[in-house]
Amino acid sequence: MGVQIAFWLFAILVAGTALYAAVAPKIVHAAFSLMATFFGVAGIYAILGSDFLAVTQVLVYVGGIMVLIVFGVLLTDRVPEEYKVVAPRRWLPALIAGGLCFAAIAGALKSTVWPISSSTPLGDATSTVEGIGRSLLTDYLIPFEFASILLLVVLVGAARLARGQVR
Amino acid sequence: MLPQVTTAHYIVLSALLFAIGLFGVVTRKNVVVILMGLELMLNAANLAFVAFSRHHGNLQGQVFTFFVIAVAAAEAAVALSILMALFRLKGSVTLDDATELKG
Amino acid sequence: MDGVMNWLTQDRVGSALVKVLLVGNVAPMLVAFLVWLERRVAAWAQDRMGPNRVGPFGLLQSFADLIKFLLKEDVLPGHVNKAMYLVAPCLAVIPPLVVLALVPFADRFAIADVDTGILAAFAFSGIGVYAIALGGWASNSKYALIGAVRASAQLISYEICLGLAALGVFIVAGTLRLEDVVKMQADGFTIHGETLHGISKFFDWNIVKQPIGAIIFLIAAFAETNRTPFDLPEAESELAAGYHTEFSSMKFALFFLGEYVAIVAMSSLFTTLYLGGWTLFGVENAFEGTTAQTLLQILIFLAKTMCVIFTFIWVRWTVPRFRYDQLMDLGWKRLMPATLAWLAATACVVAFLK
Repeated sequence: MGVQIAFWLFAILVAGTALYAAVAPKIVHAAFSLMATFFGVAGIYAILGSDFLAVTQVLVYVGGIMVLIVFGVLLTDRVPEEYKVVAPRRWLPALIAGGLCFAAIAGALKSTVWPISSSTPLGDATSTVEGIGRSLLTDYLIPFEFASILLLVVLVGAARLARGQVR
Repeated sequence: MLPQVTTAHYIVLSALLFAIGLFGVVTRKNVVVILMGLELMLNAANLAFVAFSRHHGNLQGQVFTFFVIAVAAAEAAVALSILMALFRLKGSVTLDDATELKG
Repeated sequence: MDGVMNWLTQDRVGSALVKVLLVGNVAPMLVAFLVWLERRVAAWAQDRMGPNRVGPFGLLQSFADLIKFLLKEDVLPGHVNKAMYLVAPCLAVIPPLVVLALVPFADRFAIADVDTGILAAFAFSGIGVYAIALGGWASNSKYALIGAVRASAQLISYEICLGLAALGVFIVAGTLRLEDVVKMQADGFTIHGETLHGISKFFDWNIVKQPIGAIIFLIAAFAETNRTPFDLPEAESELAAGYHTEFSSMKFALFFLGEYVAIVAMSSLFTTLYLGGWTLFGVENAFEGTTAQTLLQILIFLAKTMCVIFTFIWVRWTVPRFRYDQLMDLGWKRLMPATLAWLAATACVVAFLK
């Protein structure tokens, strides 16, 4: 029972704040709404029993990526009124694209024969820290190293880009 | 009494998140909000990964989510620096202003 | 009485709630004392008296100030963004309190004893930056905005050093769980196959095994809590009062409270990671299995934390403020490479010893 209540609470939080983030007239409101969405997703990870990912989600998304985005907003959002306009002509195609996407996934879900019954209740789980750590440094060592190279390249590239003209 | 939460519930939620993210990316003009929409879509994919990881009872999906988070962080950093460059060049962060490459 | 403690140290929802009430009330009380301590130490450092009129040694000064804050007019300036302006001060207090919930104050006495302990602590302390960014932005004033932008950049930069420095502890301890980190410092180390006893258990503490890491962690903690020498977001000689320029009465008091709770949280994390947490050379087990044991452990923990907090205050009134480029230079070009090198060295030593 607890799992159900928690799931529905977080699902409503996630969907509601995500929707507000997509349509909010003020960009700062959108940013903080999205922050709540990321929190909600972390909560859902926790319900799914992946505690490590839940914490990583808060650490990276809420504490890192969103701070970067808010930082960008603070630096560039000089005339807030200017961005209130959402082009009305784009609403329709956007709705169709989003709706189709959702319908496709939901339809695929309906027609798929699940190898394992999807109605299996999700029971209690134990810590995932050790398991993920072990997989990262054994089976997924090459992707792991590539990810670190990517991060290094991004660090240098972003610094170079943001710096502008070097005299 | 609420119905039992199944993997399908999580996948539907993930699909919904993805659709909302797509909607945001298409409708908004501000680069920052478009970036937010992209992050939302990545999150939707992550959610599906974790749900399936749980469904199959192994950690592969979670490991992939870990990589997606790393790539998302990299993407946000690069996007922000491009944003700064754009802002310096144009004085605004509206996507409609960046049309140099349009023929 | 023993029954009460037994109940408290068990993993139950009820006991967790009681502990939440306990910590949630003791921490702000501690802050009232800290503010007094800060002012007295400042006075001592500058050779003057400090607050000494209200109560014995001026101890009640903070409570007088609190009453003043409560009674002041709650000004809501016309040019602010109302919703955000009201949310920001609350956001300043919550994250450090959540961090405190993860710290084990005594054996089996953390509110939330999670496997990812320290990661969660860093995740939540990282959220504190929103209060500053939001407060600065919502104030709609240039000083506040500059303070907010400075703070965002500073906190992100030093969070990396903080995390990397703490990583060294986890390489040594082999666990992310804070309680295990403490236990490892109490009985993890052996020389020539013999476990250490008495005062020599000091060599079990991570501050001995990770001296460079501890120093970098402390420096990054100063920056994370916006303390001098890194108080650029609120540098009064440049920015009026930085991000909280436009806040007054209780709203300012909440920012103030959040800042000091963050200091308490950082100090308790430092105590847990590097100073052996609630342990003290075996003294902590003097009253095995009784209430007195838990109380003694909490007392030891508090005493150690107070020493760290004293270091915070001491440094604040000794070192002048950095310039902004010096701050970024120190963070990215000096501390970060130093931490990475130290981390690599630690990993090599641990791998070699295995």
